[in-house]
Amino acid sequence: MSTIAEGKLAELKQRANHIRQEIVKMVAAANSGHPGGSLSAADILAVLYFHEMNVGPEKVNDPDRDRFILSKGHASPVLYATLAEKGYLPKEELATFRRINSRLQGHPSKKLLPGVEQSTGSLGQGLSTANGMALAARLDKREYRVYALLGDGEIQEGMIWEAAMAAGHYKLDNLVAILDYNHLQIDGNVEDIMDIGPVADKFRAFNWHVIEMDGHNIEEIVAAFAEARTVKGKPTFIVAHTIKGKGVSYMENACGWHGVAPNEEQLKQALAELCAQGGDK
Amino acid sequence: MEKTTVKKIATRDAYGQVLVELGHENPDIVVLDADLAKSTKTAEFAKVFPERFFDVGIAEANMIGMAAGLATCGKIPFASTFALFGSLRVADMIRNSVCYPNLNVKIAVTHQGLTLGEDGASHQAVEDIALMRAIPNMTVIIPADATETKKAIRAAANTHGPMYIRMGRPSVPVLFDDSYEFEIGKGVQIREGNDVAIIATGVMVHIALEAAELLAQEGIQARVINMATIKPIDEEIIVKAAQETKGIVTAEEANIYGGLGAAVAEVLCEKHPAKLRRVGVQDTFGESGKPDELLQKYGLTAENIATKAKEMLK
Ligand SMILES: Cc1ncc(C[n+]2csc(CCOP(=O)(O)OP(=O)(O)O)c2C)c(N)n1
Ligand SMILES: [Mg+2]
Repeated sequence: MSTIAEGKLAELKQRANHIRQEIVKMVAAANSGHPGGSLSAADILAVLYFHEMNVGPEKVNDPDRDRFILSKGHASPVLYATLAEKGYLPKEELATFRRINSRLQGHPSKKLLPGVEQSTGSLGQGLSTANGMALAARLDKREYRVYALLGDGEIQEGMIWEAAMAAGHYKLDNLVAILDYNHLQIDGNVEDIMDIGPVADKFRAFNWHVIEMDGHNIEEIVAAFAEARTVKGKPTFIVAHTIKGKGVSYMENACGWHGVAPNEEQLKQALAELCAQGGDK
Repeated sequence: MEKTTVKKIATRDAYGQVLVELGHENPDIVVLDADLAKSTKTAEFAKVFPERFFDVGIAEANMIGMAAGLATCGKIPFASTFALFGSLRVADMIRNSVCYPNLNVKIAVTHQGLTLGEDGASHQAVEDIALMRAIPNMTVIIPADATETKKAIRAAANTHGPMYIRMGRPSVPVLFDDSYEFEIGKGVQIREGNDVAIIATGVMVHIALEAAELLAQEGIQARVINMATIKPIDEEIIVKAAQETKGIVTAEEANIYGGLGAAVAEVLCEKHPAKLRRVGVQDTFGESGKPDELLQKYGLTAENIATKAKEMLK
């Protein structure tokens, strides 16, 4: 099934690992922020920025660049860490996260940080922006693609379903929405709070092409994005089965790690675990 | 009346406590939240009265609509989330489903203004006072401390009509003891003085008291008025302050456009023109930072209030 070379696969795994390390460091340094939902999305962002998308610091104003919107804006650490890994900003700057006068706001600010395509944080709004970008590409006859990452709690917002209807209606086949299906939101399990299932059927009914994948398996992520490129006349919805807090044992599937920073001791353990998973040689 | 205690409690914590008390006293009290129960402290109510608590998920519009429906059937719903999501996010739902039919819905929000802190501008409501004040039938209340929060929430539960009650995230000094009397629509003079008057609301009330101290060191006697109800505004206490002092400074943790300062200006222009300075957010978005750092950076300080007061005495 693999559509990438061994070397590329190893690189993407290492990128995701670096991103995870920066996430926990950044949140610990700020003593504030959202590690759980950032860690669950690290593999997806690694593949998007280092394999799938036509982007880079030299292209921030290129009209043909691909666009990524972090609709679940509280996961800003994963975006900042990925942008730093890609060279949009120096890694040292990650230590300013959430501090006064920083470009790295609690939730991403388009005006402050080049590479951030839309300001997000008020949940439920990113998919509508993505629709607009995808429609603009069609109007301008440009080839770029648009990607939006949604939280599973986030899609309880009514606005998401308005956007989902519109994307199906306009047959936005240059649009890919990825669902970070980690089954947790702040107050508990998504299934207990307000079940979103059967989410694949719902999006199919809204005229989307739906793909399910393991959101931590690099080869499956690569393959899903490749399949999305072949779909004509429909937007693609990728259900990424993920683990909130992935990579740090005590954060995995733990609701309490949604918006809490690790202390010094916990940070040490997290970094030790991540290093052992093969980040740095 | 004001006490020199350094005890600090977040107004949202007081909210969580009084909700539980009210839950025991009145079976019609119901509480809704949109996945922020731990932060807004409605989780306290949920623990004791799970059958009267509804976590609707991240769907604020639906929360307001459900609250409206519950109110039509005689319930007294308290709907809570962050100030931004309980106002700007759902402005039309509040207007058309709650205020137009004049339903007994209490929108009790927390994490007001800049002092929400590190989450930054996307979450810092500085426009909500203006917006909620503009909707007919709506009452707008911003308690200054834990004591006033409890009394205001009780008053809200016992008074019919839509209300927007705005509370904060960080701990703030407890200014009042149990003898403090809260009445919807009434400002309270909490410090005497006839040189200038400071009219403050919410977190700015204790900062206004500090400003009065600074001014006193320079021989200037500042009257301090706690204006917890922004709408309906207490016109009498404003006019009296204008008559008896040389000028008024307003202080609020919100945009100066449309908020407390604007409300005071409206009263003064029509009833008793007087000098006025408005301390608040100067028509800009906030940013990430610690609550105190943000108050400092955006000029919501005792020093700034004192400077503005002295300007009017020149
Ligand atoms: C409109 C809105 N309501 C509430 C919040 C507060 N909030 C921040 S994160 C979050 C939970 C998000 O859960 P989910 O979408 O599942 O994200 P993940 O699990 O990936 O972190 C909530 C309720 C918000 N940011 N925006
Ligand atoms: Mg989730």
